[in-house]
Amino acid sequence: MHAPAPTPHGTPAEAQAGKYLTFRLSGALYGLPVLAVREIIRLLPITPVAAMPPHVRGVVNLRGKVIPLVDLRMRFGLVSTPDNDRTCIIVTQVAAPAGSRLYGVIVEGVEEVVALKADDIEPTPDFGGAVDVRFITGIATANAGLTTLIDLDTIAAADFAPAEAADGPAA
Amino acid sequence: MPADPTAVAAARDALQQIALELAFADPRGTSDPAVLRELVRRLDAAVDAADPAIRESVQQALGWLSGTASDAARLSADAIARCNAWQPWMVEAVTAWERGQPLPPAPSVPHAAPPAEPSASASTETPAPRQPAVFGGGEPVQVLAAGHDPEIMRMFCEEAADLLRDIEQGVLVLETRPEDPETIATVFRAFHTFKGNAGLLKLAAPQLVAHELESLLDAARRGTLRLDRDAIDVILGGADAFSRFVAEAGAQLDGRETGRTILLPVNGIMEAVRALLARTPRPAAPPPPQAQPPVATETAPAPRVAVPEPPAPHPPAAEPTAPPAPPPAARPMPASGSVRVDTTKLDGLIDLVGELVIAQSMVVQHGGVTAGDDELLARAFAQLRGITKDLQRTTMSLRMVPIRGVFQKMSRLVRDVASRVGKDIRLVLMGEDTELDRTLIEEIGDPLVHMIRNSADHGIEPAAERVAAGKPPAGTITLQACHQGGFVVIRIADDGRGLDPAKIRATAEARGIIARSTPLEPREVLELIFAPGFSTAAAVTDLSGRGVGMDVVRRNIEKLRGKIEIESTPGRGTTFTVSIPLTLAIIEGLLVAVGDQRYVIPTLSVVETFRPEPGRVAVIHGRGELVEVRGRQVPLLRLGPYLGVPGTVADPAQGIVVVVESGSDSRCLLVDGLIGRQEVVIKSLGDMFPERAGFAGAAILGDGRVGLILDTTALVRLRQTTTPEAAA
Repeated sequence: MHAPAPTPHGTPAEAQAGKYLTFRLSGALYGLPVLAVREIIRLLPITPVAAMPPHVRGVVNLRGKVIPLVDLRMRFGLVSTPDNDRTCIIVTQVAAPAGSRLYGVIVEGVEEVVALKADDIEPTPDFGGAVDVRFITGIATANAGLTTLIDLDTIAAADFAPAEAADGPAA
Repeated sequence: MPADPTAVAAARDALQQIALELAFADPRGTSDPAVLRELVRRLDAAVDAADPAIRESVQQALGWLSGTASDAARLSADAIARCNAWQPWMVEAVTAWERGQPLPPAPSVPHAAPPAEPSASASTETPAPRQPAVFGGGEPVQVLAAGHDPEIMRMFCEEAADLLRDIEQGVLVLETRPEDPETIATVFRAFHTFKGNAGLLKLAAPQLVAHELESLLDAARRGTLRLDRDAIDVILGGADAFSRFVAEAGAQLDGRETGRTILLPVNGIMEAVRALLARTPRPAAPPPPQAQPPVATETAPAPRVAVPEPPAPHPPAAEPTAPPAPPPAARPMPASGSVRVDTTKLDGLIDLVGELVIAQSMVVQHGGVTAGDDELLARAFAQLRGITKDLQRTTMSLRMVPIRGVFQKMSRLVRDVASRVGKDIRLVLMGEDTELDRTLIEEIGDPLVHMIRNSADHGIEPAAERVAAGKPPAGTITLQACHQGGFVVIRIADDGRGLDPAKIRATAEARGIIARSTPLEPREVLELIFAPGFSTAAAVTDLSGRGVGMDVVRRNIEKLRGKIEIESTPGRGTTFTVSIPLTLAIIEGLLVAVGDQRYVIPTLSVVETFRPEPGRVAVIHGRGELVEVRGRQVPLLRLGPYLGVPGTVADPAQGIVVVVESGSDSRCLLVDGLIGRQEVVIKSLGDMFPERAGFAGAAILGDGRVGLILDTTALVRLRQTTTPEAAA
């Protein structure tokens, strides 16, 4: 499914070369391998689900299918901006324990699809332990700015894992 | 040497329980042998004074069951097969012991798993003594030999399962109408097809067995063989062997225990068939009934056997007796064409049609469209609406299948239980054409098995007792299905001894389920049998079979969003009424508003709704809020704070209280308002949302948004302390 599999950081850059869809979160550029992307849709009315971590915004109706929607900004501890008409949902397909699942991601606007060569990708720098780098597979320097390449499978895995703690929905 | 009657009775009782246990043992090796082992120990104790051969045989059986000690939690298929072959012999041996007669010839018990010599020596020399012929053990068949395409093998298994169902249904018809040419032809064709399929896959052993059984049916078709009880037992035994084979093959295809050889009792079946065919060929004229039941027969046509005299030792299971009961009308499958469709495709279709309905109503209600008064457009819309509605109905009906298959399985169950416990029980089936969702069909089987087994085993009295009570010696269990509103109602009624409220009460008190002083309505007393912990092993002889209690039955039915009710008249019988929704895919829901959110509460669990008068909500310190509902204090759960929705009403008198129940508990849910009732298609919330969140699923509402369906069972069972105390 996801061909140039962006496995956890430290992977040789050759394996990561390929096409990426870039988008913005809190102003900064991020990239996802296009093969993980199913479609990009406008923001839909979201139904919140109680007792979920804050980054899980809820569920939406994707043509009759109920899919979960996460806000990566909250996941990464970034500053959220209010939704506007650039805000959209990238519907991705990720690996979950019970098979692949649709997984919606809210982003502040999609930029473009870029082809990255192995030379363009640098390993994740050491942020000195202050930043959670498990989801980052590398940094691309191809175009104007820096693009952080992320691995949605790893991000989603934490969401699909059996939930820890909390007995009931919090008030 | 004549035996001590109490010891014989104890041995019989143990054997009966063993038979039941075996009947429900899972050949895939998931059953716990502990119960069976315990029963054999009981038998061992009972036959202490008996012939050494008997004791030895019991010890041997104990050995098979303890032999699994290495993986002590599983009962192997071999052990089941061996016990199956051993149990009927033991029954005869005990009878012989009781009468001081010589023991019957030793049972031919199949050898251990992969027999070193796959030869005839392993098989039966006397085809299983009596009862549905159980062909245990047998010759090994390698399922996935090199070169087998698993896809083709899977198709073979799927088709085989269908064919076996046809065979079983057909045979049950033949039991009462042994000369029905159409049914004989159906069964014949099924074996023939099975043989052909097995041949294509080069499965020599199944092919051979199918060929033998086919020739048996062929003889019946040509009128040279009458399908009496023995013949039917052989056919059923063969079909069972195939079922085991197919189940095992399916399991291996799914990657479980691959490479293990499967045993098929080729020789046992072949010999049994040959023995039947070797009997004196009969002229085509309708022969007199077989010597089996010792009954007085008039010159009636063959299948109409008169009522058996009191307790015949082995009364035929389901004989059409006096009342003009319709013959168990298992019509052989009409030749309608069908297509197998992957369920995910079907679900996708249902999703899309649901969306189409929503899109359609959005277009129709759109201001730009409704503004003009174009008559042509209005008519086109009306037509569009009609078509979408039809389309939706048709799509939903694709998942519906008649309940017949499950019911037929019950005929088989009653037949087996009745012959094993030596009772004469007639099962009357009604409404087998009632359709319900395929997934429900799969789920409803187990609860039905439990209830029917209870009825057959404990509800129906032995014939002597029935006659003494002025009832016909044959017991009747009626299994009936019908549609009622959006539900399928299944009734299991027996004309047995009924439930004894005093006994139930005493048991419940003894088990600490109710206090001695609790006042209960007669109805509530009956409900006690559903209480967890009511039926335990010690209550075995009272109501339930083997410690798998009615609480499990009720839980399973509630899982299907169904209800179970019980009615019983001592001496007259017991009726269980199960109502389950037509489909798991659609529920009728009460749409409620909580803040700016809408939630769906399944209507089935809603008892009532009302706006509480000021002061009707009492705050109990440390216990949260209580609302008085018809004289009872029911705890209140404010859905807003509970679900984390802001801006909900603070004063209960401004909102609406929805009383929901689950089992015998209820709870009040405080919502802001009621929006309406709506049928919704249930969708899974997916594995990202754990069950603990208190939602049973999601539904797409009329405006295309997702609405969450509340899991009322979880909400009712919420511990009181989790309610934010006095949220006001």
